[in-house]
Amino acid sequence: MSTTAAPNHLARAHDVLGAASVDDTALRRYLHGLPGVDEVGADARAAGLATRSIKTSAKAWALDLAVRIIDLTTLEGADTTGAVRALCAKARRPDPEDPACPPVAAVCVYNDLVPVAVEALAGSGVAVAAVATAFPSGRASLAVKLADTRDAVAAGADEIDMVIDRGAFLTGRYLQVFEEIAAVRAACAEGRPDGGAAHLKVILETGELVTYDNVRRASWLAMLAGADFIKTSTGKISPAATLPVTLVMLEAVRDWFEVTGAVVGVKPAGGIRTAKDAIRHLVLVNETAGPDWLDPARFRLGASSLLNDVLLQRRRMAIGAYAGPDHLTLPL
Amino acid sequence: MATFEYAPAPESRAVVDIQPSYGLFIGGEFVEPATGGVLKTVNPATEEVLAEVAVADEADVDRAVRAAREAQSRVWGRLPGAERAKYLYRIARILQERAREFAVLETLDNGKPIKESRDVDVPLAAAHFFYHAGWADKLRWAGLPTAGPDGEPRPLGVVGQVIPWNFPLLMLAWKIAPALATGNTVVLKPAETTPLTALLFAQVCQQAELPPGVVNILTGAGETGAAVVAHPDVDKVAFTGSTDVGRLIARTVAGSRKRVTLELGGKAANVVFDDAALDQAVEGIVNGIFFNQGHVCCAGSRLLVQESVADDVVARLQRRLRTLRVGDPMDKNTDVGAINSKAQLLKITELVNAGDAEGAQRWTAPCELPQTGYWFAPTVFTGVSPTHRIAREEIFGPVLSVLTFRTPEEAVAKANNTPYGLSAGIWTEKGSRILWMADRLRAGVVWANTFNRFDPASPFGGYQESGYGREGGRHGLAEYVAGAH
Repeated sequence: MSTTAAPNHLARAHDVLGAASVDDTALRRYLHGLPGVDEVGADARAAGLATRSIKTSAKAWALDLAVRIIDLTTLEGADTTGAVRALCAKARRPDPEDPACPPVAAVCVYNDLVPVAVEALAGSGVAVAAVATAFPSGRASLAVKLADTRDAVAAGADEIDMVIDRGAFLTGRYLQVFEEIAAVRAACAEGRPDGGAAHLKVILETGELVTYDNVRRASWLAMLAGADFIKTSTGKISPAATLPVTLVMLEAVRDWFEVTGAVVGVKPAGGIRTAKDAIRHLVLVNETAGPDWLDPARFRLGASSLLNDVLLQRRRMAIGAYAGPDHLTLPL
Repeated sequence: MATFEYAPAPESRAVVDIQPSYGLFIGGEFVEPATGGVLKTVNPATEEVLAEVAVADEADVDRAVRAAREAQSRVWGRLPGAERAKYLYRIARILQERAREFAVLETLDNGKPIKESRDVDVPLAAAHFFYHAGWADKLRWAGLPTAGPDGEPRPLGVVGQVIPWNFPLLMLAWKIAPALATGNTVVLKPAETTPLTALLFAQVCQQAELPPGVVNILTGAGETGAAVVAHPDVDKVAFTGSTDVGRLIARTVAGSRKRVTLELGGKAANVVFDDAALDQAVEGIVNGIFFNQGHVCCAGSRLLVQESVADDVVARLQRRLRTLRVGDPMDKNTDVGAINSKAQLLKITELVNAGDAEGAQRWTAPCELPQTGYWFAPTVFTGVSPTHRIAREEIFGPVLSVLTFRTPEEAVAKANNTPYGLSAGIWTEKGSRILWMADRLRAGVVWANTFNRFDPASPFGGYQESGYGREGGRHGLAEYVAGAH
């Protein structure tokens, strides 16, 4: 068995699994030994937290945070240089009429447009995230997926959003999934212009995993293999990020921290369209993983149209009325 | 480090119009009590007096029973089921239309969080009326004894009902809806500390143009309830409340022709196995004992946790309890409200002190309690043994006693080792074990991987000292018709 996991991640995996070697048997034993998730109970907890009433000063604080944690995204076949430049301008300055509005956390694009984003965002503090590993399907050879990753890293991407091989996961080939994540993670550290490592988000594509038990197991598998963030979805299929799925993933990072002392972030992506949805996610974070996770270093929202709804609500709180849609800019 | 402070989110009181004083509701009208006694009802979160209500004495009880009898024999008992159904539907609709008013009033009078009155009590109460409205014209197909020549089940006549303070409106719905659906008329006494939603319900009866005397509401304390139960012209008694009072009632009606149903106390076991879905089990434990401040007859007040996961479960539970919000019941983000009365707070405190004295380890969720009002912070006792008072006696407050077990057989034995038998919870991912446990648990209601789930179609009631008879579903209807026992 070979693995390209960095020595410390592999050592940690050995420790956590309590196994002499990291193989399918050990992974299966561990992942299937995690507590199950009762679907009715998880849905009920998420629904209960969704009734929290977040108003006035709490809402203003949450809306500001919501802007700061958005990964503003465009992942269309028809994306162009011009479209990405426009998106980056909006990312730097979301609200043209309010210079106090913070910038978003990152811009997320296909990897051949990374150079455009890097140039457009230079000096802004907004990170450039690239999807990689044959996004969204993940159906390509490992060599192709790694080449995809290396291109993005060499072009200057700060963050890589990879997809796991769902076919491998659903057939129980956990070691394969582990090794691919580890290999991509190693590729994140190769050939960056500034010599650092891109941070790695691992997309589970929870809509294809279907059960919450699978979401929990895939979360732990990704963390064992060295993910910096676990992400719900590609946004290309439905269902994408639902509240119960985010809840299960927040429980996973919370428990991982208890077991290893290591911090992993969570990124729900896809299907989060309104400020209300965003605030509900923030409540989940607050009451599950805890307030330490209310930070762009540990929680992101992958979205595109969400930003304008958040800005609209933010503006309404500031001026007392809803602005017309033409007072906000189109993302592209 | 960020902190996400939830700003105050108060529900407005403006929707309710509380009168300074209320009379008794007899024969379709509010009337003065015979001897003029009054009681004050207080908001337990603030100790503010909300209103004065009348105290019904024996003369008032007699007047109400006569009004109920007349209404039953002349009007209600002669209406076809479909006509009774229309009144029940109308009442259900009005409850829904006035839902916010009822929720706010319930929270002010009882102390429970507005989130619960709004999302649980009022919707379930309306659901009970809708459900029983649907049965009123279909009783001959409910599998009930049909004593009449036309094949219809026959009502018992006049029913005396005494309800507790923990779910005032919901307990009223559980009593009145099946009684009316089956053709009986009612004299109901709400609890001493929570009369207001019953009195608002009386106004709804007027609004629905329910024939006078079909529903009569008599406010008062223990003596009023005793007079209702003892009245010779009451055909059936339905009581929900403490086991001690239930015993008194059973003695009072013994030897008479009165039918009786009693829904009393409990000391339910919430059983968590080592293969449970732990995060959801913790939610189930929290719901089981801290929902409604633990003022629930079927509360999961004993956690029976498999020893191999006991430390993990208790640690997760304590972490979870730090996010419970205790405080102003009118704030929409409050999870745990006020204790209903000073008397109840004293009882809880006495038993908790006994727990300390007997050597159990107490842990209390860190929270700031308001200065006025009656409050008790959510508390968990570990190191509890089956002989401790906190393992045997119903505390009826936000206090959990944690015991351990090693095998399923031991779990069953410990769960059943109580004079009560109202409810139980089983937490495991293994389906066969759920069925095995449910077969052996001596409890009227068994919840699997959930807790405190109620539905008008599901019969509710207990074994042994938790009472007898069922409420809800066809079993509940049977309690209100002739020939069933």
